[in-house]
Amino acid sequence: MRYNSIFDIIGPIMVGPSSSHTAGAARIGKTARDIFGRQPTNAEITLYGSFAQTYRGHGTDLALVGGILNLHADDEDMVNSFQLARDRGVEIIFKIVPEESDYHPNTARVRLSDSEGSLEAVGISLGGGKITMTEIEGFKISLSGDSPTLLVFHHDRYGAVARVAQALACKEINIGHMEVARKSRGDQALMVIETDQDLTNEIIEDVKQIDHVYSVALLTP
Amino acid sequence: MEKGINEAVLSRSGLTGGDALRLKEYAKSGKSLCQGVVLDAVNYALATSEVNASMGLIVATPTAGSSGVLPGCLLAAGRHLENSRQQMVSALFNAGGIGYVIANNATISGAAGGCQAEIGAAAAMAASAVVELAGGSPEQSAHAAAIALKNLLGLVCDPVAGLVEVPCVKRNSMGAAASIVAADMALAGITSVIPCDEVIEAMYKIGTMLPSCLRETSLAGLATTPTGQELNRKINNKDKK
Repeated sequence: MRYNSIFDIIGPIMVGPSSSHTAGAARIGKTARDIFGRQPTNAEITLYGSFAQTYRGHGTDLALVGGILNLHADDEDMVNSFQLARDRGVEIIFKIVPEESDYHPNTARVRLSDSEGSLEAVGISLGGGKITMTEIEGFKISLSGDSPTLLVFHHDRYGAVARVAQALACKEINIGHMEVARKSRGDQALMVIETDQDLTNEIIEDVKQIDHVYSVALLTP
Repeated sequence: MEKGINEAVLSRSGLTGGDALRLKEYAKSGKSLCQGVVLDAVNYALATSEVNASMGLIVATPTAGSSGVLPGCLLAAGRHLENSRQQMVSALFNAGGIGYVIANNATISGAAGGCQAEIGAAAAMAASAVVELAGGSPEQSAHAAAIALKNLLGLVCDPVAGLVEVPCVKRNSMGAAASIVAADMALAGITSVIPCDEVIEAMYKIGTMLPSCLRETSLAGLATTPTGQELNRKINNKDKK
């Protein structure tokens, strides 16, 4: 079953004109911004496949920028997002890769940065406003953003996963789905943890204190 | 939808907009041939689609490109039949149920199945919902959905300049008209000879047989007519500035 709920059919509530090219694009932008954790000063957006062919007509570019500026897919300010970016001092660069590639037809790569750091994420739009983030900081992952999701960047050491799971268990948080990706053995690694309960700042702070964890981000649907 | 009926909402490309207002004024003149529920449904569907094309706020039902049909039919029929809000919500679930079956057993994506998968699915959903609003049975709902979808089988997705505007906006209004007619036929006791599930399966198979040039790529059909190509050139040049 690709569609699990009536609300996947009646919905999402969104600004037009295309659920895959507008609402999905806005969610990719917003998810990248949420992982980055703050408003960037620079954003470099690369579009592939159908996104690259038809982004202007569908407002894909406006929607990605809107998402990066923290607008939800139903925010009627979306159409003004380029002006909003200028007002907020966010510099935007677009790169278009229209050639055939191995990427999914609706793929966007978003690189956000400011003086403190940067983040690179790749997302695909599946249609109907649904998305999957397929890559974060070079880690190959699969993240829908439909559940509260904890992203734990850590060093690949024994016990790291167990301690994070323990921290969640102490607060009665159930893990619905989890995956761990690493660059290579003993190198940097990323836990993607989707939970059934909402996560609080207190839990985030607990997880940050765990040995070998160097950065934590929270995504709320 | 209210926005599209009460003011001329122009899209960013300028290709569409203002027709819902035009139709509303015409309806007021009393000269319309299909005055009543059908004209209202057509008008509301047009208005919603125009707002969608202008990056306005809509609900995807089942997609943004086909977001005019269902609200157009629900509101036109619901107002005429003096349905309660609760009845309208229940009919919305009915439509969602039909869409759920189509989406999981076939497709609701124009890129995968052509326009029959978008406007076709939306029309089937709307026809089924209208039958419920009018007090018909679930079986009649399924027949109405089948009759509406059968009429749109084979419809290709060939948008001019790749925009969700031409012919999408007007196809929403025509889909709404077909839905109301299909609902009336089913309510009269007319049945679809081919069962609804089989019509959905046929739609999916037809979709897989459509060449990709007729599935949201703008490489054939209306998109490559002389006027379609001329508009494409104008819009792309305007964008490049």
